[in-house]
Amino acid sequence: MGTSTSTALWYASRATGVVALVLLTVVVLLGIGVNRQRRLPGLPRLATTSLHRSMSLLAVAFVAIHVITAIADPYVTIGIAASVIPFTSPYRPLWLGLGAISLDVMIALILTSLARARLGRRAWRAVHWLAYACWPVALAHGIGSSDDLRSGWLLGLTVACTAAVAVAASWRVAGALTTRRRAGQVARALAGTAAGTGPDDCVRPLTGAGAR
Amino acid sequence: MSVTAPVRYRHQPPPGEPGLPRLLPAAAQLALADDQATGVDFAAHLRRHGLLRFRGPALIEQLAAAGLTGRGGAAFPVARKIAAVASRGTKTVLAGNGAEGEPGSTKDAALLWYAPHLVLDGLQAAAEAIDASTAYLYLHERRGYPALVDHVRAALASRHAAGTDRATVELVVAPPRFLAGEETALVARVNGRAARPADKTRPVFERGISGRPTLVHNVETLAHLALIARHGADWFRSVGTAGEPGSTLCTVHGPDRRVHVTETALGTPLDRLLTLGDGVQAVLAGGYHGGWLSVARARQLTLSNAELRPAGAMVGAGVLVAFPAACCGLAEMANVARFLARESAGQCGPCRNGLPAIAGALSVVAQPRPAEQELVSVRRWAGLVTGRGACHHPDGTVRFVASALSVFAGEIAEHAAGRCTATDRAPFLPVSTPPQAESDWR
Amino acid sequence: MPEKPAHGRGVQLHVSPIACSGHGVCSELLPELVTLDEWGYPLIAAHGAIPASLARTARRAVTNCPALALSLRPARPDPRGNSEEAQRPAPARPGILRT
Repeated sequence: MGTSTSTALWYASRATGVVALVLLTVVVLLGIGVNRQRRLPGLPRLATTSLHRSMSLLAVAFVAIHVITAIADPYVTIGIAASVIPFTSPYRPLWLGLGAISLDVMIALILTSLARARLGRRAWRAVHWLAYACWPVALAHGIGSSDDLRSGWLLGLTVACTAAVAVAASWRVAGALTTRRRAGQVARALAGTAAGTGPDDCVRPLTGAGAR
Repeated sequence: MSVTAPVRYRHQPPPGEPGLPRLLPAAAQLALADDQATGVDFAAHLRRHGLLRFRGPALIEQLAAAGLTGRGGAAFPVARKIAAVASRGTKTVLAGNGAEGEPGSTKDAALLWYAPHLVLDGLQAAAEAIDASTAYLYLHERRGYPALVDHVRAALASRHAAGTDRATVELVVAPPRFLAGEETALVARVNGRAARPADKTRPVFERGISGRPTLVHNVETLAHLALIARHGADWFRSVGTAGEPGSTLCTVHGPDRRVHVTETALGTPLDRLLTLGDGVQAVLAGGYHGGWLSVARARQLTLSNAELRPAGAMVGAGVLVAFPAACCGLAEMANVARFLARESAGQCGPCRNGLPAIAGALSVVAQPRPAEQELVSVRRWAGLVTGRGACHHPDGTVRFVASALSVFAGEIAEHAAGRCTATDRAPFLPVSTPPQAESDWR
Repeated sequence: MPEKPAHGRGVQLHVSPIACSGHGVCSELLPELVTLDEWGYPLIAAHGAIPASLARTARRAVTNCPALALSLRPARPDPRGNSEEAQRPAPARPGILRT
């Protein structure tokens, strides 16, 4: 294979990697938007969740091309196995390993989401929490695998994506804290006035041996 | 601020009812029965009651003929429930439910204290009928009966020495929550999670404890079962009514704040169980998910679902309250409504939002001032929460509140005019301390 | 796990009250069957089976519920029978408790 093909594949891999990162950022933002029950301006409520799903499929498509072109490129040796088994790539094992982890999680997220109805709520949610790990790992992979994201406008893009996810994530945490605070307020308001007496108030269970 | 003064009370059998008491010791034996050792001794229990006669399929036949229904509140036919689980093969599990949850109910605690072996006999007999090798006993630790769990454990040890039990029994302590005794909450707790009700999509007789078909029975139901296994269906039907046979345990709250547990035949007139004199302004039948009755109405009714349900109340778990004329019905109703709102598992939006809203509005109704707006809101919210939870907590709360608003209508009119007729401000209806943290549900 | 209804029998929309967190996507897709109460939780018209014209949208609502709270259950017979009234979906209105 000629160097021009190799260069083309290499550029394709880097370019689709950047697009994938941006798409994944959008997916995370939309996912948090769904959780916080936010409506995108001018769009129905359905749009937030619907876009989250379709963008995630689009992101995976770009990741697939990113991985395939990288493997096909003869200039660097990255086996197929190394794309899903972390840290087994001869080329930059650490950074590509992070990419492999991120890809594994992405596959799990997509498969469990497609089979959501069959899997049940609890199992699906348990896996979906991994999404919060997936994005930073993908970002680290992007920063470490090549110099692209460390300078120029791509650096600016990376910073913007990171800032967006950071803001959205803190918004997500704030939401959970608010819910807890409100529940506490309601509980305190209800406990306010004098409680009655009972023949024996239920007491906290003992934690003696044998008692669960 | 919650006042937690312990109130002393005693089991008090109804005077002169033939054939009673069956489950609890007779008055003459009470002093002896209070001695912890008596309740625990397995040999003494066998001397008093004898050995089981009916086992396995023969027992299920007797239960069907006896018409025994659940004594935990739902009154579901026992034979049908057992048959549903028995048909599911060998990997079945049994659970005895002693977690009353109701602050006003102590009959299960009394039964476990005075007659633990009847409950444990019932557990073994039911386990044999469904071919279960493991049984769980789920109970609260209650202050009025110190160290109840240890007491039951001692009873188990006494049986262990005799070696006749085939199913292993494991004790599981329930958190002191109102909903802890709900069937799916029991299953969740035994499975290691918080004691909160679950979706009813998969009934527990299909998938329950450890994912296996599970039979759950109230401890009093198991005690009756243990006696039917000895004396048969005809004996069981010798008290009670044709439609609702047998006896049942009640926790009776007098207007003088004295509480006692009693065993009575179903179909007993309410005015024989409660003193319904001038000092009483209303009757609560069925606990905090039950219904209020005017004294006049209560005098016409008997302790049976056939008569209480059409009147908007129910037998439930046998909590009967003679509410004193000196107290404010609206203030007490509001206090209980706050309690019920606090005890919501908080899983379902309508309940989590609706019950605190109702309680808040009722707190205004409880004050001596007009509250027409609040009453309209309560009625709207009541319609919004009914049937929209995973369990019957919102429905029960609405039944309690709606019947109270009806029975205390006169007091509502007084409050609207800025007056309150109550002279006794001390809290009457018992409520328990609120949950503070997630761990309070385990 | 919701069962697939037998061919020819109707289906009913069912919401799990525990899973539902009030996203409201269902009320957007099926305004004929679902309205939201004042706290944002769905009120589903309960009578009989979903009309065939809404079946596909109902399936869409089930798939798109972010909390996976919706399911389609085999419809129980409408207590109102096969009358003309029973063919129209009941308006999703909150019941007002009469005391």
